[in-house]
Amino acid sequence: MTLIADAFLILGALFCFLGALGVVRMPDVYNRIQAGTKAVTLGSLALLLGVGLHHPDWWPKLLAVGLFILLTNPIGSSTLARAFYNAGVPVWNKRRPGP
Amino acid sequence: MNMGTVDLIVLALLGAASALALLRLWIGPRSPDRIVATDTLAVIATAMIVFLALLFDSPLYLDVALLYGVLAFVGVIALARAIEGNRT
Amino acid sequence: MYQQLQQFTFSFVFAFVFWLLLVGSLDRQELVAGLLVAAAAGALTIGRRPVLAGFRLTPTAPLSLLGYLGSLLVALLRANIDMARRVLSPSLPIRPALVQVKTSLRSDLGRLVLANSITLTPGTLSVDVDDDTLLVHWIDCPPGTDMAAATQTIAGDFERHLRGFLQ
Repeated sequence: MTLIADAFLILGALFCFLGALGVVRMPDVYNRIQAGTKAVTLGSLALLLGVGLHHPDWWPKLLAVGLFILLTNPIGSSTLARAFYNAGVPVWNKRRPGP
Repeated sequence: MNMGTVDLIVLALLGAASALALLRLWIGPRSPDRIVATDTLAVIATAMIVFLALLFDSPLYLDVALLYGVLAFVGVIALARAIEGNRT
Repeated sequence: MYQQLQQFTFSFVFAFVFWLLLVGSLDRQELVAGLLVAAAAGALTIGRRPVLAGFRLTPTAPLSLLGYLGSLLVALLRANIDMARRVLSPSLPIRPALVQVKTSLRSDLGRLVLANSITLTPGTLSVDVDDDTLLVHWIDCPPGTDMAAATQTIAGDFERHLRGFLQ
């Protein structure tokens, strides 16, 4: 049981790291949002699951935190993307690399 | 608090993740990139606080994490509204 | 009147379940306080835009909900493996483009959940919702994709599940 929990903890931290790496490596702001949102959402959920397996008595609050992240993180990202799009931030393209 | 190898690995990965997000916050180049970096950093920080709850063996940190997540979300929405201007 | 009652009920149940998760106990005083707070929160939403009132209460709704959650989980896992592959490969294999996706979901809640799911699926990010058209940023768009094909690839699977329990 502890082994599975530890595996989830490391997996979650790894996905958080990959998400941050994507935020640094991607060429434009929309791709950065994509990399950031997906990887960090799953990373935090896996980490929360790992903590929950270590401490089964914390699950209600962990579930609240997890549901909150799962619901609000995509909404925040979409709102940001919409704001950038309406403000005229261009989409990067291989043929004509943006600014 | 007694830290094992697993805890150290998790802390190192999360620390590296925040360092990368901070790097994007530092180099920009424009404000949208910085906002995205802040958003990512906020969620990583939420995960980190949850992990701190495990390290310090205290469920109080879970409330801190939830509140941090709520404040970060409201902040991101406010920033998005500010960038978008007065459109509905 | 019926609509207001329906909206109050949805908000009330949502707030009460969230309260139970927060306090994490079933003491009588917690329950009473939660009922009062949830009732107040529900009363505040009456007359606002009915975001939560999009559920379709049919006998098969829970099955659709389960199917949706399962496909969301699979999509989230695939999204992350996909994204990890792209981020870790030195050449950054991406072909980003904006595409339009049509949805047949009617309610605000349905469109919200669909847009959220699209953001969490491999390589797509919903940018804007305008009536029944979603604007989606696709990280790996094959050249010459039209709206029908994009709709089928991006939203088809989710819509089938979502139509079961949302309007």
